[in-house]
Amino acid sequence: MTTPLLQVEALNIALPVDGELRTVLHDVSFSLEPGRTVGLVGESGSGKSMTARAVARLLPPGARVRGRLEFDGASIVDLRGEALRRYRAGDVSMIFQDPRSAINPVRRIGDFLTEALRINGGMSSRAAGARAVELLAEVGIADGARRLRQYPHELSGGLLQRVMIAATLAVRPRLILADEPTTALDVSTQAEVMAILGRLRAEYGMAMLFITHDLDLAAAVCDETIVMYAGSVVEQHRGASLHEDPLHPYTAALAQARPDIDRATRRLPAIPGYPTTAYEVPPGCAFAPRCPHAVAACTTQEPQLVPIGDGHSRCIRAEELRGRMLTGPSTTEGVA
Amino acid sequence: MTAQAGGAPTASGAPGTPTTPAAPTRRRGSGLAIARFAVARVVGLVATLFVASIVIFGALFLAPGSPITFLTHGRSMSPEAVKALEHEYHLDESVPAQYWHWLTGVLHGDFGTSILYHDSVGSLIASRVVNTVALVLFSAVLIIVLGLSIGIYAGLRPGRLAGTLMGTSTALMAVPAFVAAVVLTLVFAVDLGWFPVFGSGSGLLDRIHHLVLPSVALALASVAFVGRLTNAAVREELAADHVQTAISRGLPYRFVVRRHVIRNAAVPMLTVAGLTVAGLIAGSVVVEQVFQLNGLGSFLVTAVQQKDFPVVQAICLIYVTSFVVLNTLIDLLYSFLDPRIAVGRGPS
Repeated sequence: MTTPLLQVEALNIALPVDGELRTVLHDVSFSLEPGRTVGLVGESGSGKSMTARAVARLLPPGARVRGRLEFDGASIVDLRGEALRRYRAGDVSMIFQDPRSAINPVRRIGDFLTEALRINGGMSSRAAGARAVELLAEVGIADGARRLRQYPHELSGGLLQRVMIAATLAVRPRLILADEPTTALDVSTQAEVMAILGRLRAEYGMAMLFITHDLDLAAAVCDETIVMYAGSVVEQHRGASLHEDPLHPYTAALAQARPDIDRATRRLPAIPGYPTTAYEVPPGCAFAPRCPHAVAACTTQEPQLVPIGDGHSRCIRAEELRGRMLTGPSTTEGVA
Repeated sequence: MTAQAGGAPTASGAPGTPTTPAAPTRRRGSGLAIARFAVARVVGLVATLFVASIVIFGALFLAPGSPITFLTHGRSMSPEAVKALEHEYHLDESVPAQYWHWLTGVLHGDFGTSILYHDSVGSLIASRVVNTVALVLFSAVLIIVLGLSIGIYAGLRPGRLAGTLMGTSTALMAVPAFVAAVVLTLVFAVDLGWFPVFGSGSGLLDRIHHLVLPSVALALASVAFVGRLTNAAVREELAADHVQTAISRGLPYRFVVRRHVIRNAAVPMLTVAGLTVAGLIAGSVVVEQVFQLNGLGSFLVTAVQQKDFPVVQAICLIYVTSFVVLNTLIDLLYSFLDPRIAVGRGPS
């Protein structure tokens, strides 16, 4: 077994809100091996972005972090000053959801692409410019020299996200943190950006933590998928069978809430109730109030992440429900 | 005004193709767009000044009584003498003709003759304008240097000192210039004797010495205002997504602050600072009066009291012109600082 590039163990994060610390991540553990891709899936507020931000050390001020967070065997939590800067500059690189807000609107594309090369890489302006044109060519932007002189608002969202990926390539980090990189793009542009990202990732052997709320995309892209709910990992699943063989009722409910390209559906089933935040999780299972399979024990006993099949599930009934969770959309229809 | 989607065509490559075959030529020449923007602004400036000149000229007729009453100081005069006066000041002509006389004169640099001093308004103003310009410039420097420094410091280093600075600023913003002038005079001129109580002084150093208290009085509330807004702008940029990106790329903090935080906050910062400095022109009237600085402001007050209309008109026109010109300059500067502004007005 290879040593993991990223090791997260019993990670707990609390953020200060109105003077009190509120839990946003609860007992999150996973590891990522070099060159592999792990997906983090969940609804908004489930803690997936917070996990990536913790890895990039981009948590808001005042955040309390407990647990282990190691990159290549060294703790990320204790990085300070120059060491932290070097870690961010060379080891991890983040691709943000909305390139239009993640790239400074009043500076040229060229400034954005070359600043890291010049400041961290010590290249001259001319060399950095030439390198930036090469990088743009790698992400499929042919007329790079002209693009470098343009401002972000002169480019489409898809082009900007490719610029963002090009900026990531400039560093050639060992780990890419992709925080919903295609959510702000239209569907055909999404496919394009994912293709570029996948090709370059494979070419340069970079590992990736891929955050999405799209189960199918996660299944297609990732070696392993982690499903999060209310700040906890509820399912960990290897391979592409996530939506065919869910190990946790929440994953099953998510899988059923997707439209199916082969079947006409009058109304998509929704998960009843509202997503819970980590700090107001009731005793027992966080998903129990919305779970169609909940029994009395679910509300009293906090479930643990237990191995099942080719993954892990945080459900006390996982074993008995296996294979019966996806009983067709009719079971949940009308409940919401 | 923002050009979010306006100038941004959609991606052209087919899905999955790694190379985009020659993307369509995008609208070129942001330089052209900026030039068009500048021309539009200058046309607006001329139109504003034209309207202002009508209002200023018309104010003469809105004042109670006829101009002749002011010219004769209420004394009864023979009809011939009144006629002669009317002819001298073109009052026997139609109002548009009078306006035209005045406007052509102004455009040739001739503001007419002062009723009180029987001297050319132009030369009367010229001898006083230096004092006002010096006062406004001195205050502008104080506002820009102190206001921006305080705001940037408080924005970047939130804490006890920043909180105190911002709290003091809130209080100072509520202090009008004439109150500040009186308090400053009492403390620094009367009690401590560090600065003269009033007057303009002679010689460069003496003049600057005389200008310290008036400038501080004029600038105080504005320093606080600009400081607070700068603080807000810096904090907002610090929290912006693109700053997070820059930090996540391991760029040095100083570089991020300079190139991304301050640079982006500069747009609101300089707009507010510029508008505040333009507003000083009006505030200078009060301060000049309090400190007996022989400038345009105190001359205006005297002229209004003595109904010296040509002087009032000339000074008002100068005030309006400098305010409008400064505003236009700020607009143009704005379009240079934020590339989205000028292009947003172009065709898309």
